[in-house]
Amino acid sequence: MVVGDEAADRLFHALADATRRDILWRSVEGELSVSRLAEPYPMSFAAVQKHVAVLERAGLVTKARRGREQRVRTEPDAVARARQALDHLGSLWRGRVDRMAGLLAGAAESASESTHGEEGTERWA
Amino acid sequence: MGMTGVEKDFENLTVTLTAEFNAPVEDVWSLWADPRRLERWWGPPTYPATVEEHDLTPGGRVTYYMTGPEGERFRGWWGVIAVDPPNSLDFEDGFSDSDGAPAPGMPTTRGRVEISENGEGARMVIRSTFSSKEDMDRLLEMGMVEGMEGAMGQIDALLAG
Repeated sequence: MVVGDEAADRLFHALADATRRDILWRSVEGELSVSRLAEPYPMSFAAVQKHVAVLERAGLVTKARRGREQRVRTEPDAVARARQALDHLGSLWRGRVDRMAGLLAGAAESASESTHGEEGTERWA
Repeated sequence: MGMTGVEKDFENLTVTLTAEFNAPVEDVWSLWADPRRLERWWGPPTYPATVEEHDLTPGGRVTYYMTGPEGERFRGWWGVIAVDPPNSLDFEDGFSDSDGAPAPGMPTTRGRVEISENGEGARMVIRSTFSSKEDMDRLLEMGMVEGMEGAMGQIDALLAG
């Protein structure tokens, strides 16, 4: 399973933490254990373990036992689904906020027309 | 005036929107606290909302339905968790069955709105979080995404025009 490079770029850019973004990239093949993942970072093994746990809780990576090791693998489906779901929630609320702005601007423009605000409501009541 | 930012936090399944309005805090709060005002922004123009119950007290409920172009009704509810008028509201937001009772197995999200003074106007921050990863998956399975994006596209076009 491969995520399109552009889609992956956008998602990974959205992930605020550079280390976690890096872990996601390095775990695409699913070949690295947490200790191997931890090697290049100037932080403790426990800190890297925490980053992996955060990614795992969000469903962005899974761990699979291979012999005595846990290997970390990025879940591209989960990554794409999370993006889709949050885009949806974001556009839903964006539409609402835009309508709120319209209502507040309308109220300011037509403060003298006291009936202005009623029409839309009655139409749907 | 209007949206100033959208942030998506993929780890915490949260969207945060910030908006600034040239209106007093009380006016922005009334968009939430007055059911007739709430009806005018909750649903997209193609799915206008009608609010039935509206009790913004802790443990209180808001119930509503949205009416589609064919007259079909989609019901939903809020469960009010905490409220501090005119500055903040915490609520759970879900779908109802045709009797208005919370529908089991339907996704819920948790919302928090904060309204504060900002110069001569107000700043509003809305944080919306999927209650769990399962809730997020359920929303996608409902196939709402394409339908809602269509509606949003129309709104964007109207606003741009």
